[in-house]
Amino acid sequence: MKDNHIAENEVATKNIKIAARDVQVYYGDTHAIKDVNVEIEDKTVTAFIGPSGCGKSTFLRCINRMNDTIDVCRVVGDILIDGEDIYDRKVDPVQLRAKVGMVFQKPNPFPKSIYDNVAYGPRIHGLARNKAELDDIVERALRRGAIWNEVKDRLDAPGTGLSGGQQQRLCIARAVATEPEVLLMDEPCSALDPIATAQVEELIDELRQNYSVVIVTHSMQQAARVSQKTAFFHLGNLVEFGETDKIFTAPEDPRTESYITGRIG
Amino acid sequence: MYDASLSSGAAPKPRGKSLLVQDARTRKRNAAEKRFRAYGMTAILIGLFFLVVLAVSIIRSGVPAFTQTVVDVEFTLTEEQYTAAEGELFKTKAYEGLLIEQIRDTLEARGLEVAFDAGAIERLLGKPGGTLREHYRANEQDLGSPVSFKLAAASRVDGYLTGRVTREALQDSRFMQASDLDLIDALVSADIITRAFNWNFITGADSGVDNPGGAGIGASVIGSFFMMLVVLALSLPIGVAASIYLEEFAPQNRFTDLIEVNISNLAAVPSIVFGILGLAVFIQFMHLPQSAPLVGGLVLTLMTLPTIIISTRASLKSVPPSIRDAALGVGASKMQAVFHHVLPLAMPGILTGTIIGLAQALGETAPLLLIGMVGFVARGYPDGVLAGFTEPNSAMPAQIYTWAARADASFYEKAWGGIIILLIFLLTMNIIAIILRRRFERRW
Ligand SMILES: Nc1ncnc2c1ncn2[C@@H]1O[C@H](COP(=O)(O)OP(=O)(O)O)[C@@H](O)[C@H]1O
Ligand SMILES: [Mg+2]
Repeated sequence: MKDNHIAENEVATKNIKIAARDVQVYYGDTHAIKDVNVEIEDKTVTAFIGPSGCGKSTFLRCINRMNDTIDVCRVVGDILIDGEDIYDRKVDPVQLRAKVGMVFQKPNPFPKSIYDNVAYGPRIHGLARNKAELDDIVERALRRGAIWNEVKDRLDAPGTGLSGGQQQRLCIARAVATEPEVLLMDEPCSALDPIATAQVEELIDELRQNYSVVIVTHSMQQAARVSQKTAFFHLGNLVEFGETDKIFTAPEDPRTESYITGRIG
Repeated sequence: MYDASLSSGAAPKPRGKSLLVQDARTRKRNAAEKRFRAYGMTAILIGLFFLVVLAVSIIRSGVPAFTQTVVDVEFTLTEEQYTAAEGELFKTKAYEGLLIEQIRDTLEARGLEVAFDAGAIERLLGKPGGTLREHYRANEQDLGSPVSFKLAAASRVDGYLTGRVTREALQDSRFMQASDLDLIDALVSADIITRAFNWNFITGADSGVDNPGGAGIGASVIGSFFMMLVVLALSLPIGVAASIYLEEFAPQNRFTDLIEVNISNLAAVPSIVFGILGLAVFIQFMHLPQSAPLVGGLVLTLMTLPTIIISTRASLKSVPPSIRDAALGVGASKMQAVFHHVLPLAMPGILTGTIIGLAQALGETAPLLLIGMVGFVARGYPDGVLAGFTEPNSAMPAQIYTWAARADASFYEKAWGGIIILLIFLLTMNIIAIILRRRFERRW
């Protein structure tokens, strides 16, 4: 609780995009997330770190209700986006997911053309009135995904034929094509080589200007490089949350310190 | 030797065992691998052997069904003969007399002397007078010039020529007498008897028990075709919808578990059970017409559904979950995710399952016995049978079964011929499925 007070003090004047209040997540009888309270700012990159199995992905998936697809999963507590409870009965998860985009750990392009991969979201949400508008949206998304120059001559080629790093950037382009306000990324670089990782990290930094980005990472260097805020999870608890610099240089909780210095994980 | 001079003395001795010598464990492993390959090859060879034996015996026994022994006579009828014959009381008898004269002349011209009467000709050729009369009444311009008639011979002529009927075993009967064999021999040496392609076998309907020569499988091909249409139109949409619901939407609970177990059990239920169910429900309770392809199709649909559901679910399951996540992640609804992404990827598997189900249904006889699609002679053929789903008809396997069960040995040959047609039908279905599957297949 102490950690959250610190966090609150620091962000009090800023724009809060996502707020979690006493969130509990259960997988059947397993209590995977315990009492998590956190406030995530707009136009910031927030990193979730922690040993594997501590619930980072679980919590991330609560933010766009992807956990709804798991039968045994139960979420208790409130998560507010722009002050609206996304677990309210009136909220349609499909509408929510158009607003909260997600990039997954393993690049998962559709087995369709590059163009169709990006155009799919805008098409089902009716964002384009005609082909020219759709072309525009696709180009803009691919540019934002920093992959336009590599694929502009082969938009009809299958998305699955790209390299791993290109596929992941294609997935990022696909996620931003629906104009989300929040972008969730679950270990987006874990399947990528160092060069592709650097490209994606650079991209995340650019995306910060328009979106609130939440990224799960197992690499502390990555968290330090790309994020302004860092949350440390351990065994389902949010142990510490604050400015990235502070977490890495002067952690308050002994568990955070042990993890950062490599004693747990 | 360059190598030797370089390595002599200076080369380090390999530590431990040399890689150039196989150790005992490696030898054992390699031997096991070789043995396994041999087993595999043997298994495949045995399979191939049986396939070849099957194919050869089917073709050897079935091909004669596609040809027919015909007596090929050149016949000339003058206008005077025509008028005279038309003036007689028994007109076809008059034509028959003229034909007999013609045959006798032909044989004599070749120096062959055999005594035969009208009875013998009727035993060999049925009632040829009718065929002749019909031809000339329809084509009067043929009068006066020679016309070549191919008159279908009775099945016993076939039997004698193929060795099925022998002189020693023959007992004089109203079907054939020993003296007829001399006539056949003479006709053969005069080159009047030949074999011709039997179109009637492919297009015709079943004949009576004493006329194997006139039996055809065409009507039951149409019956099978209508049944397959019913099966496809019902089991594909129902099966796919049920699978999608169970696999993607239904909650996991006792009730869905129960349904799942029951579907698997249903796939193992003997087909005759479905037959009796069809008889009780569709015919006795719902009063649908007996022997109709519609009822046959309904019964076979019940049989095919579990197969289609099981294979569709398996292919839905094999679509990686990351594709569903990707679709849901960009804000597709569950239905959009399934119909836009999962279903197209599962399509090849669904088609395979459907074709296996249809192939099973096509070859099924037992349920058809119970709903009366067997041993049926299409009297109104081709009009009645072609009328569709509710007219009585038979199906290919049921027809084959009927023929195989008949006493006359020439029906046996027809049964084999029917099997060839059945296999061709099946092959066509499979080829269509392969073409469709190619279209749906996507590279990853
Ligand atoms: N689909 C699921 N069903 C049951 N338990 C799950 C499921 N997903 C995750 N868990 C459990 O929840 C805990 C947190 O998992 P996760 O959020 O994936 O961890 P992280 O992403 O931090 O490695 C783990 O103990 C894991 O076993
Ligand atoms: Mg994870």
